[in-house]
Formats: sequence, C-alpha cells, structure tokens
Amino acid sequence: MNLLAQQLVNGLFIGSVYGLFAVGYTLVFGVLDILNLAHAAVFTLGGLVALWLVQTAGMSIWLAFPLATLFAGLLGLLLNQVAFAPLRKRADSQFSGLISSIAMAIIFEAVAMGLFGARSVRFPQGTVSVHIWHIAGVTITSLQVGIVLVAALLMVVLTLFIQRTRIGKAIRAVAESERAAMLLGVNVNGIIASTFLISSALGGAAGILYGLYFDALAPDMGRSIELKGLAVIILGGMGSIPGAILGGLAFGLSEVLTVAITGTSNLRDAVAFTVLFAILLIRPSGLLGRGKMREA
Amino acid sequence: MLEVAGLTVSYGPIEAVREISLRVTEGTVVSLVGPNGAGKSTTLNALSGVVPAARGRILFQGRDITHLSPHQRVSQGIVQIPEGRLVLAGMTVRENLEMGAYRRPASEFKAGIAAVEARFPILAERRNALAGTLSGGEQQMLAIARGLMARPKLLLLDEPSLGLAPLLVKTIFDIVGELRSGGQTILLVEQNARQALLVSSHAYVMENGKIVLEGPAQQLMSDPAVISTYLGQALDAPASVA
Repeated sequence: MNLLAQQLVNGLFIGSVYGLFAVGYTLVFGVLDILNLAHAAVFTLGGLVALWLVQTAGMSIWLAFPLATLFAGLLGLLLNQVAFAPLRKRADSQFSGLISSIAMAIIFEAVAMGLFGARSVRFPQGTVSVHIWHIAGVTITSLQVGIVLVAALLMVVLTLFIQRTRIGKAIRAVAESERAAMLLGVNVNGIIASTFLISSALGGAAGILYGLYFDALAPDMGRSIELKGLAVIILGGMGSIPGAILGGLAFGLSEVLTVAITGTSNLRDAVAFTVLFAILLIRPSGLLGRGKMREA
Repeated sequence: MLEVAGLTVSYGPIEAVREISLRVTEGTVVSLVGPNGAGKSTTLNALSGVVPAARGRILFQGRDITHLSPHQRVSQGIVQIPEGRLVLAGMTVRENLEMGAYRRPASEFKAGIAAVEARFPILAERRNALAGTLSGGEQQMLAIARGLMARPKLLLLDEPSLGLAPLLVKTIFDIVGELRSGGQTILLVEQNARQALLVSSHAYVMENGKIVLEGPAQQLMSDPAVISTYLGQALDAPASVA
C-alpha cells in the first residue's frame, strides 16, 4: 500500500513536469494549428543553460531558473522568426512549419552538444538544499514539492494570463480567427511572437525542473519527453491548456502505476501509450478537446 | 474623409479590383452595390489592409494609409464589420466586445459597454454566453456592437444583412439608419441594393472589379438601368420609402 501511495505521489511530481512541458506545446498548436517539434529541444537547452548558470557562472538556482527560462523564451522568438514566420503565407504552412521546426530541433540539439558535450551532466550537489520528509510511510523531498509548486504556479499564472489579460484575450482571438483578430486591431504577428515566447519559456522551465528532478541532463534528453508531450496534448485535447495539465498528470500517473503494478519499468512507456490509445477510442478529441475534427 | 484613387487589388494574376476611385464624405453613408463577385468585399479588405493594394492610393483624413498594417488602420479609426460576422465563437459576448475595444484606452471601456448594451439589450442579457451559441441575428448584432466598441471614424460594413430573415434585415437597416442619424460615417457593401440605396446618400455600382456607375443614391434609384439590373421589381413602389 505504501509503495502504491509512494508511486502516486511520484506520478504527481513527474506529471506536473509533463504538464508544464505540454501546456507550452499545446499553446502554439492552439494558436497556429502548427506543431512546434523544436519544443523538446528548447526544453533541453533551458535545462542545460540553467546548469551552466549554476555551475560555471556560480549563480544560485533561484536566479538561474528565471534567467534560463527567459533565455528559452528568446529561443522561442528565434524559432518563430526563422522556422515559422517566413512560411506563414504558404498554403502548406502547417506542414512546412513542422518540417522546419524539426530542422531547428536538430540545430538546437547540435548546439547543445557542442557547448555542453554529449555526456549526461547534473546540477552540482547542494544546488537545492533538500529536506526529506516521511509522511505515513511516503517519502517526499522538498525538491519534489518545490517542483510541483513551481510547475503548478506557472500553469495557474498561464491560465489566468490567457483568461484575463488583454494580451491573453488577443491570443485567444488569434487562435479562433486570425482574420477576425486582425480586423479588430490585433497585431497578429506580434501576438504569434508572444505566443512563442511564452510557450518556449514554459518549455525551458520544464527542462530545468526535469533536470533537477532526475538529477541528470543530456543534449538528447528532449527526445524522451518529445513523444510523451505529444501524447499528453493529444490526450488532453489539442490546443486545450487545462487538457494539457490534466493529460500531463494522467500520463505521469499511468507511468508510475505501471511500474508499481508490474514491478519493472520495462512496460512503462507501453502502458502509458496504451492508455492514450484507449482514451482516444472513447473520446477522439481528447479529454477536454472541443470535438472539432479537422477535414483531411 | 476617405479618398481612394486608382486602387487595384490582385490575387495572383487576377485583378479582383481594377483602378477604382471613390470618396466618402464625413457624416454620410455611402454604399457600394453590385452583383456577387464584383469586388466589393475585396475593396473593403483593401481599405482595412487585409489585402494589399497592388496600385493606387488610399487617403484617410488627408493621410496616406495605403501601406499601413490592418491594426494601424484600426487605430486610425477605420473599422470593418466583416461579412459572415466573424464573431469569436469560443469567447463570451462580453469578451467579444472587449476585443472590439482592443485599440481603445481602457478608461473608455465602461461607457462603451453601457452604450452598446443600451442599444442592443440582448447583448446585455447574454453577456456571459459564448458568442458561438447566439443566433445568426444576435451574432450580427454582436458584430456591429463589437465594431462600435472600436469608436470607428469610418465604419466599413460588409453585407450586414446576408443570410438573415427579412424581419432581421429590416432591424439591421434600421440600425444603419440610426447610426447615420448619429453622424456615423459608413461605407456599406450590400447585395441588397434597394435597402442599401435607401439608407445612403451616395452610391457606387461595381461590376467585374470596376466602378460602372456612381451618383447620389436618390438618383441611382430612379435610373432605369439600375432599376432593371440591380433593383428588379422590388422598386415598384418607391413611395414606400419610410
């Protein structure tokens, strides 16, 4: 029983990181109907840059975290400018954007490899002072709690931002209809750039939390989360922010429960993706999808 | 207020609008009528900056705006209420109105909302409903109200009566009439030429991307060529101008 409770808690921790990664992913999709396949590479660079700031520049993680998040956001602007904006007028921009984002992902990964080496690296000991609590037989560390809190905070702030603020509403307007937004006086290109900035900043933040959680960072760490992130946003409903949060948690939980029940981690990914498959059979538009089906 | 000279708009090799010139005087309603595909909506979209002008000049309040972006034109006071309404279906009625005031200072917002809700009580009633759940007529009201939230100096109204039941068509034209009485400058595009001419002081007739006729609306309404081509039998009783 304790093992199960422990795994549920672990699922919550990793699920919150998946959720944070996925909200950024789904945000761009919701606005542009484009999958930004370089999102995982931004995730990686966010983590590695934070590590560099802590290790080489000697910063505290409390300063390195926001700086690396900001850096990831700037990478998003670059992505938009290089990989998406030049193609926007094309009739096939969804597909061509997808391809050019893959190219950017490869470039980012190569840059990460060149700057930080191919080996797996970790944050220096003592980056975050860790307390360990034992509650009813479940072990929780302050690091884990911090990760959940930061991820939750960022997701709540994002949700409020999108719901309440002027720019948030403009982002939703562009997501609904670029033409309508344009006629209302929205600077559509500016809003798209802001969307990339926010999306990538969240992706970078997720990368830092992931690196702290697993105590390992590598130039190819994005690959492990890339497919999962895609699964999470499909699970939650493409373009839905609450869906991505919920999907992230569901995915994290199904992963750890698989490990708890089968006793090995061999089946972890298989079961998680089977859950995805099963949910899509019942709800083709995802948990919170709007049921809008795209014509072929 | 608005002066268009030699405006040409091309979609690839096709010139949808060819060398048109028109003028809208402040405080008047001017209509642009003509058959489907004549280039009326394209003209409005060029005025909004949604499609680029291939040639020609657009002057607004004496300023050349030919190369301004759409949002800059909204800031200048040129606001289009598009054909098909384009309400933001997944946002509430209130949020749609907020988006209408996107380029206006926040301090104006309360008064603006009060004004449009007084004019369109249904929008106050359905304030928190998603715009996509409104009926076609209500959506058209919302689109007009949203346009007014931008405090337009020049309102570009594209086919406001399209797809509406006859009673609603009358309501919409009543609204246009009220706006005119309030001194709102409007450039109105309509296939319903008869109704459009009734609320306008001046009109242009477009065909195949060109302006083929123009004149005071009264005069066009009594032009036999206009009657036979655009007004059909509908003008048998011109005395019913009310």
